[in-house]
Amino acid sequence: MLRYAVKRMLGALPTLFLIITIAFFMMRLAPGGPFDKERNLPAQVEANLNKAYHLDEPLPQQYLRYVGNILQGDFGPSFQYKDFSVTELIWGGFPVSLRLGGLAILFAFGIGVALGTVAALNQNSLTDYLVMGTAMTGITIPNFVMAPLLTLVFGLYLSWLPVGGWGGGGIAHSVLPIVALCLPQVAAIARLTRGSMIEVLRSNFMRTARAKGLPERVTILRHGLKAAMLPVVSYLGPAVASIITGSVIIEQIFGIPGIGRYFVQAALNRDYTLVMGVTIFYGVLIILFNLLVDLLYGLLDPKVRYD
Amino acid sequence: MTDTAIPPGTAPTEEFAGRSLWADAWRRLMRNRAAMASIVILAAIALASIFAPWLSPHPYDEIYWDQIDAPPNFALGHYFGTDSNGRDLFVRTLYGGRMSLMVGLVATLVSLVIGVAYGATAGFIGGRVDAVMMRFVDVLYSLPFIFFVILLTVMFGRHLVLIFVAIGAISWLDMARIVRGQTISLKRKEFVEAAVAGGVSSFNILRRHIIPNTLGPVVVYVTLTVPQVILTESFISFLGLGVQEPNTSWGVLISEGARSMETTPWALIFPATFLAVTLFCFNFIGDGLRDALDPRDR
Amino acid sequence: MEPVLSIENLHTRFATPDGLVEAVNGVSFTVGEGETLGIVGESGSGKSQIFISVMGLLAANGRASGSVRFRGHEILGLPRKQLNRIRGARMSMIFQDPMTSLNPYLTIARQMTEVLIAHKGSSRAEARGEAIAMLERVQIPEAARRIDMYPHEFSGGMRQRVMIAMALLCKPELLIADEPTTALDVTVQAQILELIGALQRASNTAIVLITHDLGVIAGLCDRVLVMYAGRVVESGPVRDIFRDPQHPYTAGLLRSTPRLDEAAGARLSTIPGQPPNLQRLPPGCAFYERCAHREAICLDDRPELRRIGEERKKACHLPHL
Repeated sequence: MLRYAVKRMLGALPTLFLIITIAFFMMRLAPGGPFDKERNLPAQVEANLNKAYHLDEPLPQQYLRYVGNILQGDFGPSFQYKDFSVTELIWGGFPVSLRLGGLAILFAFGIGVALGTVAALNQNSLTDYLVMGTAMTGITIPNFVMAPLLTLVFGLYLSWLPVGGWGGGGIAHSVLPIVALCLPQVAAIARLTRGSMIEVLRSNFMRTARAKGLPERVTILRHGLKAAMLPVVSYLGPAVASIITGSVIIEQIFGIPGIGRYFVQAALNRDYTLVMGVTIFYGVLIILFNLLVDLLYGLLDPKVRYD
Repeated sequence: MTDTAIPPGTAPTEEFAGRSLWADAWRRLMRNRAAMASIVILAAIALASIFAPWLSPHPYDEIYWDQIDAPPNFALGHYFGTDSNGRDLFVRTLYGGRMSLMVGLVATLVSLVIGVAYGATAGFIGGRVDAVMMRFVDVLYSLPFIFFVILLTVMFGRHLVLIFVAIGAISWLDMARIVRGQTISLKRKEFVEAAVAGGVSSFNILRRHIIPNTLGPVVVYVTLTVPQVILTESFISFLGLGVQEPNTSWGVLISEGARSMETTPWALIFPATFLAVTLFCFNFIGDGLRDALDPRDR
Repeated sequence: MEPVLSIENLHTRFATPDGLVEAVNGVSFTVGEGETLGIVGESGSGKSQIFISVMGLLAANGRASGSVRFRGHEILGLPRKQLNRIRGARMSMIFQDPMTSLNPYLTIARQMTEVLIAHKGSSRAEARGEAIAMLERVQIPEAARRIDMYPHEFSGGMRQRVMIAMALLCKPELLIADEPTTALDVTVQAQILELIGALQRASNTAIVLITHDLGVIAGLCDRVLVMYAGRVVESGPVRDIFRDPQHPYTAGLLRSTPRLDEAAGARLSTIPGQPPNLQRLPPGCAFYERCAHREAICLDDRPELRRIGEERKKACHLPHL
């Protein structure tokens, strides 16, 4: 098991490396260099700046320095927020983003699996059609449309919930962002669960479980759900990636002070180092989560061999 | 245990006889009401977008100073109202549709070309080359691509063409996987073996035998890629990083509408509805095509 | 003595998009105490669906009607909760494909002990002990160690042994074995059949053996039912049927079964044609199309199952074959 984990981690290294490399060369290939905005600087100042950011060194050396710094968790200074390093900004926003994204993925998984199972057990009934119709809507309508619409209805017309802001992460302020963020994933997971559960319900081992006279609850939960969960667990990787992507929009819409909002601000202000730092950070996060999902899958499926 | 052998010569066999796969698929698609309705609606949206200048008396960038943030008004021809700059939203929504649909088509085309070429090559050559090529795809899969597109637009400016190509260039991975899988199974078919034995060059085998026969799943996947691509463009434009003024797209309009929804909800609702309906239609058509082309998979 | 199972006029139908499929069409028979009954027929003859109906395992589009009594109590259409007191405990079933019939994600221990916990309220430890003992009875080596393994770590024959052990845990009065050896290697087939025979002799459990292979029936069963197109066409003691088949279909089946006592060069014959479409059963004898002895009456008048000897019945207009 440990060896398997280590092996998987080593397998993730090339991906990580690729992310950093792409990011680095993109930055270097960009026309005009990072100080594009400040073009009309005196030559001496620009040279000093270049020196300060090691832009005067040969490319391979710059690259090694960059990789080395990132491995130490140093993404360099922010071009925009002069007083902060990118690392500080990321760690500042991370707890907020983690709370939002973590809750969203938790709800997405819990509610999605429950809805999908209920739909599968009542295949082709009204419940099934209702759940699947809602799921289709949830998948199709992007969160940047859903979020304003939810705010319009629940915030403005019904006045049940605050319209925007984070309010320090209070429950009332969290509801709409989390709902808007997790809805597409709830829908996707519900659809996936339903499909895989229907397949499992038709399987021979479920027939055996029924023939054994086990209570229906045991049959479904113990025998069915575990098998039906496998494709859903594999989907958790892409689901987290989507949640992270969605959080950028959601944080922007609701004005939540997380990493995603920094990212958008940085992109609009052409803050190269911050944009890249966040991209790499998200990349690492996604890789780590995929690793976790791999290990979880190994725990669920006895046929996965740890060698 | 309930296999019910259909005796030869009964109705279904006669009905299928002499029909091609495509004619058969078309017949099944025609029976799918959701897919057919989607095709009609989508065609209407596309036509309206193309002929937008003739459908509205207003140009898309004309500012009506006396009509700022005006609600829908049929008398003046502002069917969807106006935005905070006093521009007609009906014609802007249709122009946004032009942009979104165009991105959808162009980027999907890019992803189609890359994906089919890559997947067919990997599957056809096989062996170690295939392993390396697909491993590369696996690696790319776990990258947060949309961030790279944004990175790209930050670095190289917000050119339309760049956005089109960048989105296309990140959407080919699934296509490559599907085409590769198809190619591998086709490679073992007799007609391909016959071509190999007959000394046909690899390139010609790919071009004449393999690629045409992967068409079914590719068509399905194309219809499912278009909405994804439209979504990606809207996402980037919503953040203000994509399509720039005075051009517009549904993402831009939704973003503007969301900002002023408290006072001018119509500015949000109309473009949002157009985007959602378009995405719905593509998804229904994709599902319908999948069922029509592969009736086993249900 | 009251039979273990008595089935009267059982019909099983499936609603499919192409119409109603009549898989079982008015079947009646009984299984006596400690008896081993063989049921033989081609695939699609409805032999498995009878017992899928009996066990309440029909697919959602299937409906069974008629009467199925277990020890005199009607069990057809019984609510799931009440049925669960019988199936798996007093009446259990093993299936054709041991590869897929065990849950691949649970250990053998879990899958066996849950039966005892559900039916007898045993504690985990008790159940585990009993499960290991049962695995030993079906000759699984190192049962105490292997019980904690997953199904994929067992061979096909071993898995079928596990299935048998699982079915016998609660000492059922009736064991239904649906093609228990079809998916296995020939050498393993013989071992499994031997095991079922030995268990039968030791426990006096009534056994129903469903198979398409007359050879399997010959070695193990007391009595046999021959099924065709969802109906019983002939029944009687195994020895009589083998020596003197009275239905043309039975005779055809016997001629198409390889026999050890015949010359090596003797040719096997086949029954020409296909079984009828179960959506459109003919008004007369279902075997008419393929029958070498057919007469005018067979086309429109369906022969009822009638008594032709002390313990024998057949559904055929011919007086003798």
